[in-house]
Amino acid sequence: MAITSIKNLKEFSTNNDRFEGAHTLCPGCAHSMIVRELMNCTDDNLVISANTGCLEVSTAVYPFTSWDTSWIHIGFENAATSVSASQVMHKVRKKKGTLKDNDAAVKFVAFGGDGSTFDIGFQWLSGAFERQHDFTYICLDNENYANTGGQRSSATPIGATTSTSVAGTHSYGKKEKKKDIVSIMAAHGSPYVAQLSPNKWKMMAKGFQKALETEGPCFINTVSPCCTEWKFEPKDTIEITDLATDSLMFPMYEIVDGHELNILYRPKNILPVEDYLGAQGRYKHLFKPEYKHIIEKIQSDIDTDWARLQRREEARV
Amino acid sequence: MAVEQQDLKLKANANRGLSQLEGGFDLLGWDEVTQGSVLPSFDGDASNVAFQKAEERSYSGYNSYTATVASWRVLKPVFNIDVCIDCQNCWVWCPDSSILSRDKQMLGIDYDHCKGCEICVEVCPTNPKSLLMFSEYADVGEALASWPEKKKKEKK
Ligand SMILES: Cc1ncc(C[n+]2csc(CCOP(=O)(O)OP(=O)(O)O)c2C)c(N)n1
Ligand code: SF4
Ligand code: SF4
Ligand code: SF4
Ligand SMILES: [Mg+2]
Repeated sequence: MAITSIKNLKEFSTNNDRFEGAHTLCPGCAHSMIVRELMNCTDDNLVISANTGCLEVSTAVYPFTSWDTSWIHIGFENAATSVSASQVMHKVRKKKGTLKDNDAAVKFVAFGGDGSTFDIGFQWLSGAFERQHDFTYICLDNENYANTGGQRSSATPIGATTSTSVAGTHSYGKKEKKKDIVSIMAAHGSPYVAQLSPNKWKMMAKGFQKALETEGPCFINTVSPCCTEWKFEPKDTIEITDLATDSLMFPMYEIVDGHELNILYRPKNILPVEDYLGAQGRYKHLFKPEYKHIIEKIQSDIDTDWARLQRREEARV
Repeated sequence: MAVEQQDLKLKANANRGLSQLEGGFDLLGWDEVTQGSVLPSFDGDASNVAFQKAEERSYSGYNSYTATVASWRVLKPVFNIDVCIDCQNCWVWCPDSSILSRDKQMLGIDYDHCKGCEICVEVCPTNPKSLLMFSEYADVGEALASWPEKKKKEKK
């Protein structure tokens, strides 16, 4: 396949965007940064599907499309299904020699929000991975159902206030821990799964290219800060991802063939999680004396998870 | 020195601005569209777009490239080419594909697609910054003339 050069940012910038402006995502939305990065990672033809969510509704506002590639949307939950069906059709037609250009390289990619990936579309995602289709699934994880007004999903972390886990005098926000989707997808026997963040553009590009090059179903969870629901200024999207990766709220790592875990980024100075939480309105209430213990709980969960990742990296299990 | 903000003569500029909604297009209503309808992103052959710059492509009127979100902006980023070091930070993190980079050089901002989020300003590493926010109505020449001096490092 034709992957593009990611040696440095200048070379990367010579790619011609295939994701167009005048989509209607909020100013400062990270979804489009991640999509642009994926599309600039390769020169191959792309067949892209999207679940319902902010990305889908904002890039297909009738009569416009923001996609310079084939793009398909069916329903909330079935981006994995539609792209895996397209991939099979392509394989069969290639064999029969009935494609317009039988030699053109094509890559298949599905985008889903965390709501559609962790919850409502999980059954379809799991099915496509079990069937071992050759595609890459990218979750745009903004930890809530943003497009319908910020409801909690199983990706929402403990302590976040959302429109269905409202913090107040009787509640500190969401009570349950975030689902470990990366391990779940690795347990499907996927050849490549990873968690990546757009502030580290090169690591993200490298991971995307690896997923595109690897045969079989690959899964990447990407941190996609949502200024509207996380409550921060649009200009701070990259700053928030810096705080996320450097506090290890979002560690960056990959798991190859279900067991070979590699940590991709080790912050020089690990930041206290307060720095990350304090930068967002959705965690503001945690700084009240009565909810301080939740911050301590989040920090101790991070420490435990980081220790576990390092042990897994060493043990190769 | 004042610089032209947009050296690039973008081919699609002529039909920017929702021209299709102003009668250039015969659109079916949402309740008239049939199942399986396709909106082509390009007129004619689209097999080579990965290798074509925007100004070389034949965008169809359905491509959002031919539309504009300029009216979303309250503040706009102004670009000062004299300070820019072409690091391309602004290009990689602009969420609206609005940084006009060609052959490793940053040339300006696509004001038809920029929403004024200010991320490009935040990630610009030069001192003073090569991108700064001004009122949407500010005169670019005046904005450039008022550019701040290099900030000295504060002594500790
Ligand atoms: C089966 C089904 N359930 C619910 C909806 C309503 N709905 C549309 S978008 C959306 C939220 C999507 O959240 P997520 O997948 O996290 O994407 P985001 O908008 O946050 O990027 C919901 C609940 C739907 N379209 N279909
Ligand atoms: S609500 Fe959040 S995810 Fe949706 S477009 Fe706005 S910033 Fe992006
Ligand atoms: S203000 Fe935002 S949309 Fe406009 S060029 Fe800068 S990063 Fe892009
Ligand atoms: S971030 Fe600043 S210095 Fe870098 S290319 Fe953009 S304008 Fe130039
Ligand atoms: Mg979401």
